Amino acid sequence: MKNAAEPMDIRDLVIDDRKRGVFRVHRSCMASPDLFQRERRLIFDRCWIYLGHESEVERPGDYRRRTVAGRPLFFVRGKDGQVRVFLNSCPHRGAMICRRDGGNAKILRCFYHAWSFNTEGELIGVPGRDAYGPNFDPAELGLKKPARVDSYRGFFFVSFNPDAEDLRTYLAGARDYLDLVVDQTQEGMRVVPGSNKYAIKANWKLLAENSLDGYHLIPTHRTYVDYMAGLGTDDSGDSLAARPPGAGRALGNGHCVSENISRNGRPIARWHPVFGEEAKERIARTRRRLVREYGEKRAFRMADTSRNLLIYPNLLIMDFVAISIRYIEPVAPDRMEVTAWHLVPREESGAALATRLDSYLTFLGPGGFATPDDVEALESCQTGFRASENEWSDISRGMLKSRPGTSDELQMRGFWRQWHANMLGRNTTNVQDGQPTESQAAAADSEADGLGHRASAR
Amino acid sequence: MTATSRPALRGIVEEFLFREAALLDDWRLDDWLDLFTHDARYMVPSTDLPEGDPGRDLVFIDDDIMRLRARVARLNSRHSHRENPRSRTRRFVSNVRVEETEDRQLSVSANVLVYRFRSGEGAPYVGSVEYVLRRDGEDLRIAYRRAVLDMEDLSWHGAVSIIL
Ligand code: FES
Ligand SMILES: [Fe+2]
Repeated sequence: MKNAAEPMDIRDLVIDDRKRGVFRVHRSCMASPDLFQRERRLIFDRCWIYLGHESEVERPGDYRRRTVAGRPLFFVRGKDGQVRVFLNSCPHRGAMICRRDGGNAKILRCFYHAWSFNTEGELIGVPGRDAYGPNFDPAELGLKKPARVDSYRGFFFVSFNPDAEDLRTYLAGARDYLDLVVDQTQEGMRVVPGSNKYAIKANWKLLAENSLDGYHLIPTHRTYVDYMAGLGTDDSGDSLAARPPGAGRALGNGHCVSENISRNGRPIARWHPVFGEEAKERIARTRRRLVREYGEKRAFRMADTSRNLLIYPNLLIMDFVAISIRYIEPVAPDRMEVTAWHLVPREESGAALATRLDSYLTFLGPGGFATPDDVEALESCQTGFRASENEWSDISRGMLKSRPGTSDELQMRGFWRQWHANMLGRNTTNVQDGQPTESQAAAADSEADGLGHRASAR
Repeated sequence: MTATSRPALRGIVEEFLFREAALLDDWRLDDWLDLFTHDARYMVPSTDLPEGDPGRDLVFIDDDIMRLRARVARLNSRHSHRENPRSRTRRFVSNVRVEETEDRQLSVSANVLVYRFRSGEGAPYVGSVEYVLRRDGEDLRIAYRRAVLDMEDLSWHGAVSIIL
């Protein structure tokens, strides 16, 4: 790796030779403090960043605090039912207004000098108000907000960039995948109480990659695969070649997905022996409802395909054995904090909910049968990066294929291409492996990809 | 174990807990499994919801005996990468309290400090463990075991990769 005295040209950090199928990322991208600061400025201060889910603040006065792109924030539902987001820092002299992870309050009072604010953020109380001069204007001293706040189907995002495009446009092709998740429920989704918070001593981008990486599944998660096979997963062999290829896609703006026909159960509408006989009829019923409402094809995608969706830059919606929201907060070049929540359909309770909660714990979470080994893998890579003569990481799998699967890496290249464009100060770029020739596009159109829809021409 | 005095009862339970801790620190996990009843549960709630109920909330771990066996099989295999090579652990068990329940089970709580060392780093898991112990002849069996962490998150360890 180049030393700090002669930093790499940003243009040279990613080698993307679409003709020869070469894709390499310079490992300083995961280790350099300068690049970390640059990411802060050009990515995290400019993109839409996930904040939280509407269900986390159900009633007026409910609040939650978060750290988002380095900033302490909180969001609160007002008396009018609106969710508002505030910087968690007192306009007076900076103390944190909200000092618990969550709760309910009618008035938000800063403990330091006791200024108080309503849930709309207005300054409504200043002890000893008369000592301030005539130019002291409470209207100017309300709680500050991030430049932009918007939500899509219950997921709230913020942006610190006043000029950010609107959230719907930003989400691009990821919107359809969020719809596939949210449409599974009739009464809306909710986050269950409790979150999994852990830190990984590795660069945040390694987890973005890893969460979309189908290539590592068998070697890294052999114990999980064996466990599920023992419970009756229809496993037609444990080699990479024996598995259905699925699809890896770049959805634009850095959002990416890896999508597969599920081999394990999906609590929504794909039964698996691990759910127990008594769940069979209920799951069949949900499936019939999905077919009725959305037609066979889309119902198949909702019920039988799993998706790991990356909302660029740092949010993952993992919809497979259960639905996990995974948020990555970068804290240093070699350290990230991860929070995971469990998203469930509101109409599920009792046995259905218990089945789903249990399914989550097999794979997911820092106490599950798989996540600890991912943590190990990422930390191992980060330590490996200290061998700085080894400058490049290879992300070229499937680059010359017309239809990359989940164990290929288009879904990671899509992320990196957007990252590289952003780091060069550009907003958009071609995230695909290449411009399709006419014959490729025709071939893609004539062939369904086994996931119930046609591959889009790339 | 009939009409055992309180201090004597605590002595018996402590003896049991110390033996359990040694089995875990020595990675004798199959022997550790033998301490459990067939209807046992092992639970670790999330750090932000210590009272979390696995039927309603998100927890870290909620194993019935089948999954606990699978967890041990996983930890015994070469492919549980977070624990291969295995970490070194040392458990300190103290502040043991024992209540006898009406159905002659023992409701036990203890403070635990589990130091874990691996890959050049070391940090403790700090918390309490609650047990329901059942008498089995002269012996005791674990019917329920719940490890509640005091840390605010898993920022030191990144995972719960050992038995807590
Ligand atoms: S810092 Fe908040 S009232 Fe002074
Ligand atoms: Fe993984």
